[in-house]
Amino acid sequence: MSEQAPGPDSPPEPEGPAVPAGPEPAGPEPEPEAALAEVAASSPENPEQPEQLGPPEGPPGDGGGRDGNGGWAPGERARIIRDAIMQGSSFTVTVLALVAALVVGGLINAFSNTTVLHAWGNLFSAPGHAFALAWSTAVGAYVELFEGSIFNPHTVSALFSQASLGAAIHDGYLSAVFNPLSETCVQATPLILAGLAVALPYQAGLFNIGGQSQFIGGAIVATYLGYGINLPVVIHVIVCVLGSFAGGAAIGWLVGELKARTGAHEVIVTIMMNYIMAYFLAYLLAYHYLMQEPGTVNPITPAIASDAHLPLLFGTHLRINAGFLIALACAAGVWWLLERTTIGFEFRSIGKNASAARVAGMNVERNWVLVMLIAGGLAGLAASTVIQGTDFTLNDQSFGTYGIDAITVALLGRGRPLGVVWAGLLFGAFHAGAPLMQAATGTPVDMVEVLEAVIVLMVAAPPLIRAIFRLHGGGGALLVLSRGWNA
Amino acid sequence: MELELRGITKRFGSLVANDRIDLAVAPGQVHALLGENGAGKTTLMNVLYGLLQPDEGEILLDGQAARFHSPKDAIAAGIGMVHQHFMLVPVFTVAENVTLGIEETRRSGLLDRRRTRRDVRELSRRYGLEIDPDALVENLPVGIQQRVEIVKALVREATVLILDEPTAVLTPAETEDLFRIIRQLTSTGTSVVFISHKLKEVQAIADTITVLRRGAVVGERPRSATEDELAALMVGRNVQLRVSKEPAKPGQVVLDVSDLTVADETGRVWVDAVSFQVRAGEILGVAGVQGNGQTELCEALMGLLPAGAGRVTLDGHDLTHATPAQRLRAGVAYIPEDRQEDGLISAFSVADNMVLDAYKRPPFASGINLNLGAIASNAVERVKEFDVRTPSPQAPVSTLSGGNQQKVILARELAREHRVLVASQPTRGLDVGSIEFVHRRIIEQRDHGVAVLIVSAELDEIYALADRIAVMYEGKITGFRPPTVAAEELGRLMAGGSDEAAVSAPAPGAGT
Repeated sequence: MSEQAPGPDSPPEPEGPAVPAGPEPAGPEPEPEAALAEVAASSPENPEQPEQLGPPEGPPGDGGGRDGNGGWAPGERARIIRDAIMQGSSFTVTVLALVAALVVGGLINAFSNTTVLHAWGNLFSAPGHAFALAWSTAVGAYVELFEGSIFNPHTVSALFSQASLGAAIHDGYLSAVFNPLSETCVQATPLILAGLAVALPYQAGLFNIGGQSQFIGGAIVATYLGYGINLPVVIHVIVCVLGSFAGGAAIGWLVGELKARTGAHEVIVTIMMNYIMAYFLAYLLAYHYLMQEPGTVNPITPAIASDAHLPLLFGTHLRINAGFLIALACAAGVWWLLERTTIGFEFRSIGKNASAARVAGMNVERNWVLVMLIAGGLAGLAASTVIQGTDFTLNDQSFGTYGIDAITVALLGRGRPLGVVWAGLLFGAFHAGAPLMQAATGTPVDMVEVLEAVIVLMVAAPPLIRAIFRLHGGGGALLVLSRGWNA
Repeated sequence: MELELRGITKRFGSLVANDRIDLAVAPGQVHALLGENGAGKTTLMNVLYGLLQPDEGEILLDGQAARFHSPKDAIAAGIGMVHQHFMLVPVFTVAENVTLGIEETRRSGLLDRRRTRRDVRELSRRYGLEIDPDALVENLPVGIQQRVEIVKALVREATVLILDEPTAVLTPAETEDLFRIIRQLTSTGTSVVFISHKLKEVQAIADTITVLRRGAVVGERPRSATEDELAALMVGRNVQLRVSKEPAKPGQVVLDVSDLTVADETGRVWVDAVSFQVRAGEILGVAGVQGNGQTELCEALMGLLPAGAGRVTLDGHDLTHATPAQRLRAGVAYIPEDRQEDGLISAFSVADNMVLDAYKRPPFASGINLNLGAIASNAVERVKEFDVRTPSPQAPVSTLSGGNQQKVILARELAREHRVLVASQPTRGLDVGSIEFVHRRIIEQRDHGVAVLIVSAELDEIYALADRIAVMYEGKITGFRPPTVAAEELGRLMAGGSDEAAVSAPAPGAGT
């Protein structure tokens, strides 16, 4: 399956087909620099500190503002980078967690496949066969996962085997080339938005388990506005999107307000809100005079008007839509909010040390409310991209597992907007590639959940990764989500 | 038992916390370990107590090499330790605390409470400890709690007793009691290792004084060594213990506090109808043993605890119920008691910490946009002005030493427009050099016409800074005195002696 004769003009096969996607292709270049800056910054007694008290050359970047002062010999530089990796910085841990997850997933796959198990039974008569089969099963699944989520060489050969390129493009063969990427983006869109809804409060020291309830809040409003009112084309989309934000924000605001006024712990409140909203949705979908579609007994709403659909970005053959741009814009917006505004400064201060923030005159309670409101809105937007981007209707299962997936995405993204985008894309790729993997190799789609689980497990327990890969002690801050309990 | 440490070396990464330390403690002697915070005293004692393993060197007991893998081994060898922060279960009785971990059981397997009580009572009588085995620990004053810790060690048959900063939480009277107990112990052959950074106490109690600096022994002196000599050894140069200052020129009343009462959530009253005024260009020093309401007074002045009753005005403006932000804007500069917890965000950079309460105003922000350039250049300036030793203004403030962290707070607070400076324990845990720096800055503020309120548990600091001294005891101010007052008089006020009442202050007994 993996050995495919390349077409006459097909572009070169991407190297390393076993690795699905994710941050690592671009990774090792810039990141060790950051890790290096970290290492340098964390050793005040470092005698070769280049700038002792000198004025900073430019505005300080988030990397520590010591870029471009160079001064290390190449060998020295390599050693420092290697040390930085061996220190087990959080970036290294994340990448290694991915590697470990792929190995574990491959092993599970190889040893649960009946054909392979049968081959192991004949281990002594044909030992090579068993190993080869195990290897090809494990790798084959990943190849299909890759082809379903990033790039499938078959589609390229199909494109160029058509009589005329123009006709081929018109018939959708070009779209087929990009379909895996499109699907990855479509799957990633709500994950990124919901992930941001966890990552943002995390920066302010709150643990938002309530992505699901906020998602439902946004979905109800977006759907109702989608089928219930008539508006001009562009306006209708915008109103629905804004409505979803408001719907989610209302739920988030309620959580923040309860915490601020009564001290109720947000973890408890958000978990309970998930139930409340799920049953509220079921109630809305149970009566025709509420939101249930007339003439059906199924718990489903009417379809939203077509002018409330998020516009497709690359023609009708690809599902990628403006929702993906919303997600990227929100990630950029959250980054800007956190890093460049006084509001984000307060969020981060409260997240790192609420009592010092209070002494510095910040209103901790008001910030809790605000951050939960924005987070709820982001989760609401995630619902908007599902309802208006792909599903066009709301049923009692529309919220899926986005609320929980959001936590894993935020965890893998280390609570940072850019990290959430990468993590969302990675998990989106898993989800996008899983059906093809199942169809082509018989590996159940549940395999990607195993991968996700192992990745998150490893990321959540850095000492585990350090032990497996024999890294030195703990460099980099650990992402301790359980901190929420003591906050 | 004779205890000897030979060539003990302990490293944490590149930091050498103990550098080939030799120490010999003779039986029945009080051996003081004198050094500043961070000199390596506590590390050394943790090595001795089995909490840390030395990288090099050995521990000898009566000439026999011993290895302690855990405190259990150390206790079995006859070493007892009283930590700075007591390791007691507050809701247990004294007897229960003493027996914790070595419970005596009867043959039936039940706890033998009677025997434990008898042991405690007997030890208490033998060493004049005067503790009731049935009292709940949470009801006892700290001085008595400390005795419970000592009894815990004695029950485990400790012949070497390590006391880590034992006087930090005691009143002068309680300190005297402790010294009496120490003498009683040594007279029966127990040796005591007395860890402190207070010169006077060490001179009062120690037979031999070993001075540590930067992890190494810099000298061993007999009790007769002068204070100047010891101080010079401790800091490595001759330090002027007192910052010179001109007489104060008090002006208008700036901060006026009348009948301020502060209670916590549980309703316990910490500040009880306290009234005082601080004038422009004067330093009011609030002395007192920790835990008598000074912390709560400062927090109430900052708006962190609500005022239950009374009135606080700044230049005539009522601030009684103002939020912290309003007080900052009104011109209160605040140096919190716990800089890690309340003063700094340790994960943030030095630059961010320097605008922690000014990030909203120009030039650091316009609208909601942070002006990172202004924040960075401000940091560069302040770092230079306050001589903050940091690898870069963008380095996390947690990588700085305590003294430099305090400089960051000072730089931030003094950079804002302010009329009054409230400083709580401004030099706690700092080395002498930093203390001098902070003191000089505070006096400079006074000379610029700022009204300064200093709260300190260190009498030396109060003497060095204050133009007027107020003494707090159990939430009340027991008296105002000029800085020329004798230490004994302050001690009497700190122990609850009232302004008018008789000179004989009642010693704090059990169960008060």
